[in-house]
Amino acid sequence: MTSSGTRSRFLLGFLLAALVIAGGVSYLASSSPDGLDSVTLHGCQVTENSAGEQLDGTCIAQNATEHATVSGPLADYSVGGAEHSVGIAGILGVVVTVLVAGGLFWLLRGRRSGPDASPRDDG
Amino acid sequence: MTTTDVAMHMSDGIVNAPTSLIFGVISILFVGLAAVRARADLDDRTAPMAGLVTAFVFAVQMINFPILPGASGHLLGGALVAILVGPWVGTLCITIVLVVQALLFADGGLTALGTNVFNMAIIGVFVGWAVARAMRGIARRGRGGLLTTAFVAAFVNTVVASLGFVLEYAIGGAAGATTGTVFVLMVGFHALIGIGEGVITAATVGAVAAVRPDLIHLLRTAPRAARPVPHGEGTPA
Repeated sequence: MTSSGTRSRFLLGFLLAALVIAGGVSYLASSSPDGLDSVTLHGCQVTENSAGEQLDGTCIAQNATEHATVSGPLADYSVGGAEHSVGIAGILGVVVTVLVAGGLFWLLRGRRSGPDASPRDDG
Repeated sequence: MTTTDVAMHMSDGIVNAPTSLIFGVISILFVGLAAVRARADLDDRTAPMAGLVTAFVFAVQMINFPILPGASGHLLGGALVAILVGPWVGTLCITIVLVVQALLFADGGLTALGTNVFNMAIIGVFVGWAVARAMRGIARRGRGGLLTTAFVAAFVNTVVASLGFVLEYAIGGAAGATTGTVFVLMVGFHALIGIGEGVITAATVGAVAAVRPDLIHLLRTAPRAARPVPHGEGTPA
């Protein structure tokens, strides 16, 4: 069926787009705090020092606790804390996500290939 | 510390334990319901699509775009997944992204996972879906209508999802700012982020529509009886 051919190509294109974005475009991402972080940091002065970030003043973020998996191998989108590894971390993330999500959705799917399709489309 | 800090979701400790627990329970129940309801929307054709949409959202969430000097935003993805794969599957997509980010990338606290899922995977997805669904007549009218629908749904999902945080902070927020301040700042920042969310969502939906419009859930789920058979395309398997 030709439609399954274009479908495979389409899905492959989708995967490639995700890999290029996570593996390449991620280097161009802004490192400024996002909307939520900007709000939780409101009222604080952030200074970087050898011990990490220091927050002076009064803000919500002072109540944030260290992340439980902060010492994990991919923590903060870097591979083992290496510089400039965000792209590799991103590619690994895309691969893990597509396997977890694809696997889960494949298991959850109904038997038929669609409410208006024949029970089996290729015997 | 020279690594770029790209953490982007709620950390642990921002809201208190009882509040985290309440939203954790709500999120678990709702995601369970979504898993049941999603079965009807998943088949051999849409399951791989949903897997890739999930990975795509993970990738695009890494791209923080500047909104103001010193502040950035990133895609939440609620309207995007709802339009492409439907709200129930979409809730699962965003939940999977948040779980992967929290467990593997230390992004978003573990006890804050319930609140993050509630804001982005539940509120974001279903508000985005409600808007897109309400505008479906426009979306079906042509490419311009579809892009407009995607933009508006994404803008609204971003702003309303940010109100989820305001709600959680009002119930059990730690300290450091008044709820009023949090409300004003959250809505202000997320109105700007919503524009970026709208552009990314419209561009993505537009790209899919150009190649495989039949894979867009929003365009597919018309009441079958009321729909005139469209020029003999797509229906036979």
